[in-house]
Amino acid sequence: MLNVEGKDIHQSSQGWIPVYPDASQSLAVMSIAFLLNRRDDPIVWRGPKKNAMIKQFLSDVVWGELDYLIIDTPPGTSDEHITVVESLQEYNPDGAILVTTPQAVAVGDVRRELTFCRKTKLPVLGVIENMSGFVCPHCSECSNVFSKGGGEALAREFEIPFLGCVPLDPQLARCLEQGQSYVDAFPSSPSSQVLHKIAESLHQRTTINGLPS
Amino acid sequence: MGSGHRDCPGTESEDAGKASACEGCPNQNICASSKAKGPDPDIAVIKERLSSVKHKILVLSGKGGVGKTTFTSMLARGLAQSEDLQIGVLDVDICGPSIPRVMGLDGEQVHQSGSGWSPVFVEDNLGVMSAGFLLGSPDDAIIWRGPKKNGLIKQFLRDVDWEDVDFLIIDTPPGTSDEHLSLVQYLQNANIDGAVVITTPQNESQIFPPTTGGVEQMADEMKVPFLGKLPLDPRIGKCCDEGTSFFEEFSDSPAAKAYQHIITGN
Repeated sequence: MLNVEGKDIHQSSQGWIPVYPDASQSLAVMSIAFLLNRRDDPIVWRGPKKNAMIKQFLSDVVWGELDYLIIDTPPGTSDEHITVVESLQEYNPDGAILVTTPQAVAVGDVRRELTFCRKTKLPVLGVIENMSGFVCPHCSECSNVFSKGGGEALAREFEIPFLGCVPLDPQLARCLEQGQSYVDAFPSSPSSQVLHKIAESLHQRTTINGLPS
Repeated sequence: MGSGHRDCPGTESEDAGKASACEGCPNQNICASSKAKGPDPDIAVIKERLSSVKHKILVLSGKGGVGKTTFTSMLARGLAQSEDLQIGVLDVDICGPSIPRVMGLDGEQVHQSGSGWSPVFVEDNLGVMSAGFLLGSPDDAIIWRGPKKNGLIKQFLRDVDWEDVDFLIIDTPPGTSDEHLSLVQYLQNANIDGAVVITTPQNESQIFPPTTGGVEQMADEMKVPFLGKLPLDPRIGKCCDEGTSFFEEFSDSPAAKAYQHIITGN
C-alpha cells in the first residue's frame, strides 16, 4: 500500500533500518512482509512467535527521531494486541484509534475492542467510520453500501470522540493497490478532505496533551 | 531474526528439549521429559465426536472484513433450505464472534446437556456454536492469547453435541495462526473436506477495483478452483445486521442467485 513491496530491511550496528518509501525519508515503515522471500509466502505462526517478532520490532528497529509512530494491528483482542499494549505501557502511548465500517456487525467488534482499551487502560483517541457511503463516479449519487452512522452512534453511546466518516472511493483502493498516496493524488476528493481533517484534529489533540511537538 | 522460537524442533521431535534452540526456553524441561510427546489423546475423541458429521468445510481469508462470516451464514442458510439436510455452523473467531448476530441469535446462551454443549438453533436443521454465546453482554471482550483460544476451540470440537449433521461449516478469524493451526491439528483424523477462501475484489468491481488481474487469475495461478463472484448488495449487509435470511427476503436478487449457484451449482 505504501509502494515498498519487495524492499528489504537492512541491519545496522544499531538495529534494523526501516524502509523509506521516498527520498525525503519523512515516512519510515516496518513490516513482517519485508522479511519474506516471496509475496505468497505465508507466515504460519502461533502466538508466541508472533509476540517475539512484535517485541523485536519494538525494540530493535532504529526509527531515529519520530513525531508519530502508527501501529497497524490485525482484528481482534488477542496476542498481537496484548503484546503491543504491554510492551508500550512504560512509554505512555497516546492512545488507540478504532476503525469500524458502518454495519452493526462491524460495530459489534469495535465495542469489544473498546472494552479491551478500557481494561488495558489504553486511552481511546476516537472512532473512525470507514467505507461510509459510496459516491457513484457516474451519477454522483451517494449510496450507503454498508449503511451509515454506526460508528457515530457508537462514539456517542460510549462518550468518545467521533473523528469522521470516510466515504468509499474507488480511487482510494486503486491508489493503495498501486502504492500511491491518495491524499496527494486526489487532494480535493471528499475522502481526502475528511482524512486531512482527522489527521489535523489528532495532531492538535496529541500536541495539546503536551506529547509530541 | 534471532528468535529462539524459530528453531524449535517441535514437541513431537526426537530433539524436543534437547536442541540448541531449546536452551533457555521455559518449556525445555517439559519437552525433554517427553511428557509433551505423543499425539494428543483428544484428537481421537474429536474424531469420534465428529463421526456423525458428514462434511466439514473451513471458511478462510487473509484479511479481515472481506466477508467470511457473511459467506458462512449464506452458505449455511442456503444449504438449510433443503429440509432434508442438517447444518451446523461453528464460529472459531474467538475474539470477534459475529456469527450470533448474523444468524439472529444475539444474546443466546449455550446449554449444557448430558451429552455435551447443545448448539443454538436458528431453525430445526441449522445449529450454531460460537464464543459469543459464552459472553454476558455484547460489550464483553475475550482478551485471550493463543493457548486459551486453542483450549476453547478444542472444547468446541470435542464437547459440542452436533448429533447427525450433513455439513459443518467452520468460520475462522482472518490469517494463518493459532486458530487455523489448531483446527487442522485437532481435525487431522476427522477428515476435513476442504477450505473455501474468500477475498475481494471482484474483477469488474467499481467500488473495490482490482489491479492485480483479480481473483480468477490468482486461482488459475495457484491451481485452485474458482467458485464464483458474489456481488455487493447493501441488503445482504442489512440482513446480516438484523440476523434475517437474505434468501428468504430477496430470493430473486442477483446476489441470491449468485450464492445459490456457488452453493448448489444451479
